Parts: sequence; C-alpha cells; structure tokens
Amino acid sequence: MLTALLRRLAQTLFVLFGISVLVFLVFFATPGADPTARIAGKNASPETMEKVRHEYGFDRPLPVQYATMMKKLFITRDLTSYVDRGEPVVPEIVMAAPVTLSLAAGGAAIWVIASVTMGTVAAAFRGTLIDRGLMILGLIGISLPVFWLGQVANLVTQARYHDTWMFSWVPGLGYIPFSESPTGWFRALIIPWIVLAVLFTGIYGRVLRADLVAASGEDFMRTARAKGLSPARVLLVHGLRTSMITFVSLFGLDFAQLIGGGALLTEVVFGLQGVGRLTYQALSNLDLPLIMASVMYSAVFVVLANAVVDVIYVFLDPRVRDA
Amino acid sequence: MVIKTGSSAVSGVAAGPWRTAGQALVRNRPAMSALAILLLVTFACIMAPFYAHDIAHTDPFTSNVAGSFSLNGQNVDIMQPNDNPLHLGLSPAGPTWHPSAYFLGADSQGRDVAARLLYGGRNSLLISFSAALLCIGMAALVGVLSGFFGGVVDMVLSRLMDIMWAVPVYLFAISLSIVTISQGLKIGPFTVESDNLLIPIVIIALVYVPYAARPVRGRVMTLRNAEFVMAARSLGVPRWRILLVDILPNISATLVVLAPLLTALALLAESALSFLSIGVQAPAASWGTIIQDGEGLIYTRPMVAIAPGLAIVTVVLTLNILGDGLRDALDIRETSRKGS
Amino acid sequence: MPDDLPLLEVRDLSVSFRSRGRDVPIVENVSFSVDRQEILGIVGESGSGKSVTAMAIMGLIDAPGVKITGSALFRGQELVGLSQRSFRHLRGREISMIFQDPMTAFTPVYTIGWQIDEQIRVHEAISRTGARARTVQLLGDMGVPDPERTANRYPHQLSGGLRQRAMIAMALSCNPSLLIADEPTTALDVTVQAQILDLLRNLRHNYGSSVLLITHDMGVVAETCDRVMVLYSGRVAERGPAEAVFRQPGHPYTGALLDSIPPLTGPRPERLPSIAGAPPPPLERPSGCAFAPRCHYVHESCMILPSLIAYGTQDVACVLPAEGHPLPPRAAGAA
Repeated sequence: MLTALLRRLAQTLFVLFGISVLVFLVFFATPGADPTARIAGKNASPETMEKVRHEYGFDRPLPVQYATMMKKLFITRDLTSYVDRGEPVVPEIVMAAPVTLSLAAGGAAIWVIASVTMGTVAAAFRGTLIDRGLMILGLIGISLPVFWLGQVANLVTQARYHDTWMFSWVPGLGYIPFSESPTGWFRALIIPWIVLAVLFTGIYGRVLRADLVAASGEDFMRTARAKGLSPARVLLVHGLRTSMITFVSLFGLDFAQLIGGGALLTEVVFGLQGVGRLTYQALSNLDLPLIMASVMYSAVFVVLANAVVDVIYVFLDPRVRDA
Repeated sequence: MVIKTGSSAVSGVAAGPWRTAGQALVRNRPAMSALAILLLVTFACIMAPFYAHDIAHTDPFTSNVAGSFSLNGQNVDIMQPNDNPLHLGLSPAGPTWHPSAYFLGADSQGRDVAARLLYGGRNSLLISFSAALLCIGMAALVGVLSGFFGGVVDMVLSRLMDIMWAVPVYLFAISLSIVTISQGLKIGPFTVESDNLLIPIVIIALVYVPYAARPVRGRVMTLRNAEFVMAARSLGVPRWRILLVDILPNISATLVVLAPLLTALALLAESALSFLSIGVQAPAASWGTIIQDGEGLIYTRPMVAIAPGLAIVTVVLTLNILGDGLRDALDIRETSRKGS
Repeated sequence: MPDDLPLLEVRDLSVSFRSRGRDVPIVENVSFSVDRQEILGIVGESGSGKSVTAMAIMGLIDAPGVKITGSALFRGQELVGLSQRSFRHLRGREISMIFQDPMTAFTPVYTIGWQIDEQIRVHEAISRTGARARTVQLLGDMGVPDPERTANRYPHQLSGGLRQRAMIAMALSCNPSLLIADEPTTALDVTVQAQILDLLRNLRHNYGSSVLLITHDMGVVAETCDRVMVLYSGRVAERGPAEAVFRQPGHPYTGALLDSIPPLTGPRPERLPSIAGAPPPPLERPSGCAFAPRCHYVHESCMILPSLIAYGTQDVACVLPAEGHPLPPRAAGAA
C-alpha cells in the first residue's frame, strides 16, 4: 500500500516536472522564438536587447534559467511578470481562481444532474422516441462550439429579450463575487453555467446511456430482475451504480481541466476574469512567468484530480481495492 | 436475455467484415443523410470562387466600406446608418436573403458574409480533415509502438501522453499557436510563415494524439495477447510480419471509427483557435474567424456570427452521426454477451 | 388449493421472436409439470431452448418481438401473459432462479449480504437487522463457513463454489416453492459440483422447494433428478421418471446422450461416443423429426413430425417404440 502510494506520488511529480519542462521549452527554445525580442519590442536597438537579455537572465544557460524560474515560482513565490513590470504572478492567479472555481463548480452541478437524468431516462426508454430524441439532443449539445453558444446566449439575454420579463434579471457581463452579493453571483453565473454545461451534458448523457445499455445485458442485471426488484430499482440501484464508475473517472478529469483553465472560451465570451482568461492573456502577451505559473497551477489540479479519481474509484469499485 | 439467432447460418455466404459493415452503414438512414449533408456542404464550399465571382460578384477579401450594391433595381449602401433613433454610427448591410448580393449581409469591413462563409468553410474543412488524418497517423504510430512493444517504449510514450493530457487541450493548442504564429517557425532551412495552414493543422493533430492513441494502444494490447497472434509467435513468425499482417488490419476499424469523431473535434478546435485570432490569419477566412468578425456586431447584425456557427454545428453534428453509424456498423464496442 | 395439483403445469409453451421479418421459433409446444418437492431435470444441448423455457416461466423475456403462447399454471395462476408488475411479486418470493456463472451473477459493487438482504426486504416487511440475521442463517445452512464475515464480503472476494452457495442462499431467502437452477454447476470445479448438487437435492427436505434443474449433463440428472425432460431443437424428445429413462431410453437422442456419460465403474473406454453433427438452427428445423439428420435409425416415417406417445412410464417423440423396434434397455449402472 505504502509503496503503491509512493510510486503514485513519484509518477505525479514526474508528470508535473515534465509539464514544466515542456512549457519552458515551448516558450524559450522553440526555433526562432527569442523571449528577449518579445520583451524588448519589435524594433528595439541592440543595446536595449542586450540590457533586457542580461536583466532577465536570458544570457545564462537554459537549465539555470529553468531552475531560477522554478525557484521563484514555488519556493520564494516572488515571480514577477515580464509585461506588467514587477507585478507578482502568484497573487494574480489567486485572484482569478475563485471566478473559475465558481464557474466550473456550478456548471458541473448542472451537467451532472442533467446528464444522469438524461442517460437514465434514455436507457429506461431504450429504443423509443424518448430515447432517440434525448440522444439527438445530446449529439447537438456535443456539436455546439461553446464560444458561439455563449454569444448567442448573450444576444438573447443581454439584447433581444433583455427587456422582457424573461431575462431582465440577467446582469451585465462580468463576475460578481459571492461575498459581495450571493444572488448577484448566482444571476451573473447562471447563463455561463448553462452554456458550459451543454457540451458536457451531451457527452456524459450519451456515455451513461451506453454504459447502462451495456450493463442491461449483464448477468447481474438479470439476477436483479429475477429477485423481483422493480424496474426502477434494477436500473438505478444495480445498473446506474455500476455504470457510475466510468462516469466518475471522466468527471474527475474534465472538472480538473476546467478548473485548470479549460473553460477559457466561456470565460472570454462572458467577460469572466478567471484562470483560463488570465492564461490566455498571458499567452497573447507571451508573458512567460505568468504562463508558467498558470499552466503549473492547472497541471497541479489535473494531476490532483487524477489522484482523487483513483481514491473515489476505490470507494466505487470494491474490485479495485484488492488489486 | 439473449436469444441466439443463428443468423450466421441463415445468411449463408460469408461476406467480408468490411463489406458487412458497408452494408450495415448503407442501411443506417441517419448516417446516410448525414453523409449526404456533409458532402453537400463540402461541395458548396469547394464552389466558393464560383459563387463569389459569378453569382455574388464580390471580392470577399478586400474591405469595401464605401461601396454600394444594387438590390431589386435599387442602389443600397453597404454601410448604413444605425437603426437607433438618432441614426448615429454605421452598421453593415443586413441579410438581403438574395443570393446575388449580400445574401447574409456584410461584415464590419463591408465584405460579403455569404461568400466569406463558403471560403471560410474551405479552410475549416481542409484544416479539420487534414488534422484528423495526421492525428490518426501519429496516434496509430504511438499506439502500435506502445501497445506492441510494451516495456520501456510503452512507459516512455505513455508518460509523454500523460503529460500532454494533463494540460487542457485548448490551452495546449493555444500555447503552440501563439508561439508559432507570432514568430513563424524556422526549422533549419525551412521557414513556415505564420499564415500557413500547416500550423493549425499540425497543432490540432498534435494535441489530440493522446485522445486517439489510447484506444489504439488498448486494441493493440488486446490483439497482442489474442490467440491467433500467440499462435503466429509460437510458429516463429517475425515480429514485423505479425505487426503488418495480424495487428494493423485489426486496428483499422478502430481508426476508421475515430476519423469522423476526430474531424469533428478538429473543426471545433480550429474554430476556437480562429475565434481567438490564432488560427487562420486575416484576410483569409474560416468559420471561426467569421464568428470573431461577428462578435462586435452580435447585437446589431447577429447573422454574421450566427451563420458560421450554424455551419459548424451542422458539420460537427453530421460527423458525429456518421461516427456513431460507423461504430455501430463496425461493431467496435466489444460485447460480452453469452448465449444459453 | 388441492395438494394433488402439480406446482407448475406447462402446456404447449411456445416462444418465438421476430428477426428480419420472420418469426423464429425457439421453443415449440413444450409441456411438462413439476410436482411439489420434486426435482425435474431439463436436458438439452445449447440452443435446445431449455434456458428460454425457464426465462419464459420467470417472465424475464421482454425483448420486443418475442411471442410467448401456451399456458404455464403456477399454483393455478396463469404465467403466460401475466403483467410484469404481478411477476415481480412472484419472482424471488414464489419462484427464484440461480444462474450458470456465479462470477457475474452478483452485482460487483455490493456485498453478498447486502444483496441477499435486498431480496428479503423487497418482499417482506422486515427490519435491516432481521434480514441480515436471516441472511447469515441461510449462508450458514448452505455450508458457507463463517457466514457473518462472508456476508460482508464482495462477490469477487469469494471462490466460485462459495458464490454459488451464496446465490442459492439468496434464491431461497424468501422460501420459494420453486427454484429454477440454470446450469448451476457448469462453471464450477468437479468437486464443488458434487457439493452443490447435494445441496440442491436436500432442498426439498429442508425447505420444501421443488427444483427445475436445467443442464446439458446427463450425469448431473442421474445424480439429482426425480424426473427428466429431454429437449432437442426446441421440442420435447422424451419425458419421464429419471430412473425409467436411464434404464430404457425411448428416444435415440436420449440414448446417445446417455452413451456420452463416462461409466462410473469398469474400464474407461478409449473414446466416449459422441453425436455427429449439430442441432439445426431454428429456421432450418426439418418439418419432420428434428433429430432425423443425426439419427442412426432414421427412416421414412421420420419425415413426419412425431407426436409424443406413451411408452411405459415415459412419453417419447419417436416412432420406434410404436413400430415395435424400441431401443434396447441399458445395463444398470448409470442410474
């Protein structure tokens, strides 16, 4: 057990290290990419270039640059932005995190409830029009580009129908902190939540239905029916509970990616200053410290979520416990 | 409840698996309609120059803010005063719903949105199809190497895939795009300009490799331990021959099913990158860039953004339906059903 | 209800389903009865329709396009056409079923005890602790060592034999009057098989249950059953008291099945005789005797579908006894 944990930890650290190296190389060692030129501006004089190069330590060997950056990011936590001079990077991320967390958590709550309902109902009415209709809806959900859906949602709720009773309650684009006004927070986020959840509802609903249908052919489902259980109990207590194993592992990864900045398109469209948007801005400015910090932040979440999923797996599937 | 049909005995002559799958696909009405729509959209996009020159008589790549066009014998300015009570500011012409001129209206530079939509479709489709093909090629390579040779090769490749997978797909694609597009790419004597379509193609293909390599690897690993492969090994058949004769034909079904699904994902990714101005570069168009053009007009001329979005939804939806149909026809999901 | 009525009386049960526009008959006109505390064996190769017969009686066939006709009276209640709602009250309480593969027949994510408790609590108003007490009692009765601990274990943690014992315990948890056992020993080791068969044999004394035992193994029938019904390609080939059938089989198919049991005593033959060929698929069933293509004694009158005729204490769907050429009696020993 302990060796397994240690091995898991080593793997995790290895993946994190790999990501940091990968990001570092992409932005420092891509052929033709010179960070000095970016910071100094397009037509900077050679003297300025030299000054910038020395100031930021770009004249030192790559491993040293990497080590310095990691030290400043994780140990002294005083890494500063290249673009906004002297702006520390870590607090910026701390500021953006609650926005992203609110967005991802609310969206996740919606898509979990919606997709479990959708998948279960479709499986229960397998082969009927209800089933087919729900699956087509799911497929449409998967096919919608989220940034476009966001725009259309804005068009409807902010402009076309904003003056009617239906959407007059929707505040302007942007985030309202929960501590400031819980109802404002909710109203500002409900449309983004739904837009974010549409895609995942489609994916999860379809996956769950497929799993439930596959499970219905299993021997244990026949046993459950032979025991005299009601169809609902067979489907929910035996089928759904067993099928949730795949569902949860998918959920862990997707949720982690969202928290780690994967929701940036939603954030951009709805003007939410979250981690995704922050990362996007950092990328646009090629602000390496900020990129490094946000990507590492995101990777930590993904890797952590992987570990959490493994733990939940153990709870959900007793077979894994003994493996 | 499983009842044996004995259909294999009934159908008589044994058809090849691909033929059987083909017949199943042809019988699948939704999949066939999806294919028809997809071909229709592709054809329309291929005909973009014809539409622009011979029907709409417009150049969709130059700005035309001061111009005008004639509609039903009347001369209409491309940029018109706003609808607001004071008529302040200018808005591009709205949809005329007339194919000869500004069918879907003009964008903020006075260009014909319908013509741009068709040209954009060419780029979007080209990028997504090519990216999907490239991705499948790479994924097959990674999956086969990883699954067939196992050991160190598998460990290295799997960890690499883990690392790539740990970065949100879009963030990864955005990072690569920004670096290459801001600088262009110089590899030795070769220079890839930042407006080269190869950049989005390669980037999108690359970021989806882990997604596609995983099922391939799983399939190869199952096959490696399958009895017929074991038998071939025990007979001393060389490894490369097993790979070519026994493994590759058997993963081709997995690859074929992945193709439309990956194309759909690639199209969504392309549109996202182009929407963020780091995919297809101006003045060239793609459905994503047109949505970007339409963002500023969303409250006044929503059709500029809605039309390319609908195009994306249509194509992605048909690709997904096609993918479903292929999966059913090729019976990829292993069924563990037992008879009595 | 008078006690002399059989517990289950099946008359002309037929099951068919539609495939590509045709009705495919799986089971045709099968009739049999099970008396109280009796063990009836249904024997046949895979595809003979024995499992489908059992599933039809349990009401577990609800695939679209399936047609079930005939009659199955259970304690005077008609099962054919019974609503699923009414079936639910029978299943698990009056009629229970155990399956071939105890590996996959339990839901993997719940403990054995939880799953048995569930069945008890669905059918009876009983407290959690009461249900668990009965579960532990049952597991103990079925010869499960340390039943309290075993009840808290997950299916994958038990051996095949223990799992099948737990399965039987679950099936018996509501004291059903009929237990349908579908190949209960096929997936088990030989030594465990014998123990499970012992368990089934003693049920009628300890629980008063009748058993419908479905198997492809004449040896299992010989060890366990009072009466036997042989199915071939969805039709009854022979039916009668096990002892009589084993002494003098009336149908060549039964004879061939008996020949394929290894003798318990005497020198082992080099090769056991086997039946050449395979049963016909449902749609290619001949209009005459379905066994004719594989039968040594096939002749012209076999081209007409033989009806069941009385032959001693048995009923045989074969023309041989009536034509005065019955199969020779077998040396005692197998039964």
